[in-house]
This record gives sequence, structure tokens and C-alpha cells, in this order.
Amino acid sequence: MSDTATATRNALELRNLNFFYGNFQGLKNVNLDIQERKVTAFIGPSGCGKSTLLRTLNRMYSLYPGQRAEGTINFYGQNILDPKQDINLLRARIGMVFQKPTPFPMSIYDNIAFGVKLYENLSKSEMDDRVEWALTKAALWKEVKDKLKQSGLSLSGGQQQRLCIARSVAVKPSVLLLDEPTSALDPISTGKVEELVHELKQDYTIAIVTHNMQQAARCSDFTAYMYLGELVEFGSTEQIFFKPTKTETEDYITGRFG
Amino acid sequence: MSTDTASSASFNLKRYKARQRANAIGLTLSMGAMVLGLFVLLWILSVLFRNGFAALDWSMFTESTPAPGSEGGGLANAIVGSLMMVAVTVLVSTPVGILAGIYLAEYGDRSKTAELTRFVTDIMLSAPSIVLGLFVYAIAVATVGKFSGWAGSLALSLIAIPVVVRTTEVPGSLREAAFALGAPRWKVALMVTLRAARSGVLTGLLLAVARISGETAPLLFTALNNQFFSLDMGAPMANLPVVIFQFAMSPYDNWIRLAWGGALLITLSVLLLNIVARVFLRDKSPK
Repeated sequence: MSDTATATRNALELRNLNFFYGNFQGLKNVNLDIQERKVTAFIGPSGCGKSTLLRTLNRMYSLYPGQRAEGTINFYGQNILDPKQDINLLRARIGMVFQKPTPFPMSIYDNIAFGVKLYENLSKSEMDDRVEWALTKAALWKEVKDKLKQSGLSLSGGQQQRLCIARSVAVKPSVLLLDEPTSALDPISTGKVEELVHELKQDYTIAIVTHNMQQAARCSDFTAYMYLGELVEFGSTEQIFFKPTKTETEDYITGRFG
Repeated sequence: MSTDTASSASFNLKRYKARQRANAIGLTLSMGAMVLGLFVLLWILSVLFRNGFAALDWSMFTESTPAPGSEGGGLANAIVGSLMMVAVTVLVSTPVGILAGIYLAEYGDRSKTAELTRFVTDIMLSAPSIVLGLFVYAIAVATVGKFSGWAGSLALSLIAIPVVVRTTEVPGSLREAAFALGAPRWKVALMVTLRAARSGVLTGLLLAVARISGETAPLLFTALNNQFFSLDMGAPMANLPVVIFQFAMSPYDNWIRLAWGGALLITLSVLLLNIVARVFLRDKSPK
């Protein structure tokens, strides 16, 4: 990744992406570019396929039989959907944070170290540094630095979610997928996570699914509006929210539909 | 005050009164059911405690079951026999149950085999224990021609394993989160699934032990009974449930007394196990 080019570069390019849950088609011929170090938001009513789309990007669907994707997803030159693609390596580079906080039943420290240990062999002090770095990135360090040995489950919901973000950041992925990361959080925690998204895009490409349109407007650079498995409109967040070209998009954004 | 606002509002007071009446009737009925249930339970416990504590003395733990017509005696052989068979059952069903549980948690969404395993496990959970006993009799007693403690443990394991299997399962969201970090399947099973299931497994195990320590039917024609003190798992083995079953129906006063004592022992240990299991269950789900 050279810093010389100011021209935008795509982290992910989706081409003719179709997705099936058994016989049901969850995504219909989606074409979309996700730009590097930008925040791309996915909005749309429940069941429109936005979470499905996110779960194709790290092949999470591969855990389940009967779910399959067709088309190509180009991730810096390699097709993610290629059956030969190593899924574990892919997920180390494309991290994901879920709707509900999912701290592992272990200490705060070990929650962060778990993912790091999978791919790196760090000394104790290097690991300490990495844990502090990740927790600082997730704006959680100050709150937990004196209780790293406590269970991750002892934290509040908002803290748990930031712990999960820290855990994903710790393995130094290049893309972060956030699947409705704030829907289970109170407004203050939500605010913190949104600030975090803003911080993180300096270094990471972020794709976020959200039900909250203000959230999409506040923290994304690009917005995709989806409906019934189709990508209805995609453009800069400003354009989508102020000058949508399609009436469906406008109806959804203005609350006349959805 | 509240009636004022109610009457000033324009809703239908007649319907409201009818609803109140229905509410009162429902409440009375459910209170009655509760009192009846509680009454029966207290009745059982009071009869058990009165007879059981009267029978309780030190010789119950030191002497073996008495021969017909002889004086005194105790339950030492039955207590030890029950403990040994339950211990073997725990040793067998813990690893088998946990491994099967992990298989279901990790591969459960994928294969037909897993679906079948889950289905069979559910059937086994509710299978009449006498059927399981008869099955073990056919394969492990009739074939070798003798009753044994091993056969008893085998029958008890068939009851315990499904309970352990079902409590090893873990929420999928936690596993997805581990996979999302790029963890391979075995690591997810070992580091996340098993850890998250730990207290659940322990609870399941305690409940399984509580259940099997009172089971009589599967032991009737597997371990049978033994009048003498024996530590030989290869021979017929005394155990509390069967001793209670035989002694309670006997004409001898000391036998009947011992049956009550044994019943009290089982009840108290099951009660204790349930309480311990509850404590673990509470720890498992921090809000």
C-alpha cells in the first residue's frame, strides 16, 4: 500500500455478486467498490441483504451448509470467493464485529491476545504493548488498564463492544466489518463507537451495516442503500442523503418508507 | 382518585369489571394449584424426614445389609456400591458427553450425522429407564451370564450421557466471533466453545448424577443387588435404590427402617446436588 498515490484505491470490488440461502436468493447481482481507508455504510430495511453482504466479505457464510455466493469479490487482486482461498488467513485480514458484544469467557487481556497469538509469536512484553495499543485504539485502555486480568464478561455492554473492536483491531487487519455494532448500546456508548469509527478509518477500511440513518450520515463517506437483496443506490454519503437520484432511496431516507 | 379518572375517561367500565372478575378467578385457581403442589411436596418430605431421621444411626454407615430375619444391620455395602457405580458412570459419561457435545456445537450445523445425533440424544433423554436397563441386560448381562457393577454403570451411563451432551452446546454468536478472527476450528472448540460450556457441562453433570443416583429400574437387572460388602465391579453390586425397593416391601421391621434411611440419604444428596448445580447455573449467566 503506497502512500504516494492520492488517487483512491479500492480495498474490495464486488462484481455480479449473487448470494443464496438454499433456494432463496439473498443478494441479486450486486456491483460495488469499497474504497480503501474510507467508511462505507450499508442501509436499508430489515432483510434487505446488508448483513448478508457483509458476511460474504469474510466468508462467514462458509460456516453454514446451503449458503453460497456467486460472482467475484476482488480483495487487492485476489478473489475471496475462490474455493482455494484460505478462509482463516482471509479473516485475519478482514475482521468483523457483531451486533451483540461477544467477549470470550476469558480475561480482558486474553480476549485481545487470543487473535494475535493465532498468527504472531510475540514475547510477553511485545504482547503487553500490543494489548495496550489495541485497547487504546478502541478507546478502552483508560477504563480497563487496572483490571486486565478480570473477565471480559465483567464489563458493561458498551465496554464489551469496544473490547470486541479492540480484539479485531489487535490482529491488524486491513478491513473492518461492523455489523450493526451499536444496536445493543446506549447513546453514550454509541457515540464512543462512532468516534472510534472516525479514528479507525485513518488506518483501516471500514464497512458498517446500520439501521440508524443518522449514524450512516454522521460517520460514513459512502452509503449504499439496499432493498430486497438489490443495491438500489450507491454514492457518496452526501449525495445519497441530500441528492438521491432514485425515489426509493429518498422515500427510505426521509422516512416515508421502511 | 383512580376511580375518578377511570369514570371520567370514556372506556367501558362493564368490560373492565368483567376483566377484573376473570382476573380474580384465574388468580384463585392458580394459587390453589400452587398450594396443592406445595402441600404434596411438603407431605412427601415430612413423611420421609420423620421415618428417615428415625432410622438414621451410625450403624447404617458401618454395617452391611442384614440377612432376612436377623437384627440390626446397615446400608454400608449399598452406599459404597452406589458411589462406585455413579463414579464409574461419571468417568465414562463426562468425556463421551463432552466430546459429542463439541461435535454438535462445531459441526452440528453441517452434517446429517450431527442432526441424527441430536435427534437420538433427545430421544435418549426421555427414554424410559427400564428400557435402557433391559437393553443393557440383553447385551451385558445375558451374554456373559452374570449381573455386575459394570453392567449397572453402563445402564446409568446411557442415562447420563445425553444430559451432558445437551449442556455442552454453546451460543453460535460466540463461535462466529472466534472464527471472525481467523481461528481454525480446533482452536475455536478448545479455547472458546469448551471454556464457554464449562459451567454448563458441570451443571449438566451434577444434574445427571442427581438423576441417576435415584434410578432403580436400570439397576434391577444389571447390578442386581448384593447382600454382602463388595468392591468387585465384576460381581453383583449392592446399591441404594434396589435395596430400598426390596426392603420397603419386606415384612421385617429393620429392613423397612433401613429403606427409609436409604430414601432419606438419596433425597438429601440429590437436594444438595441440585442446589450446587443451581449455583453454577446462576454464575453462568451474568446479566
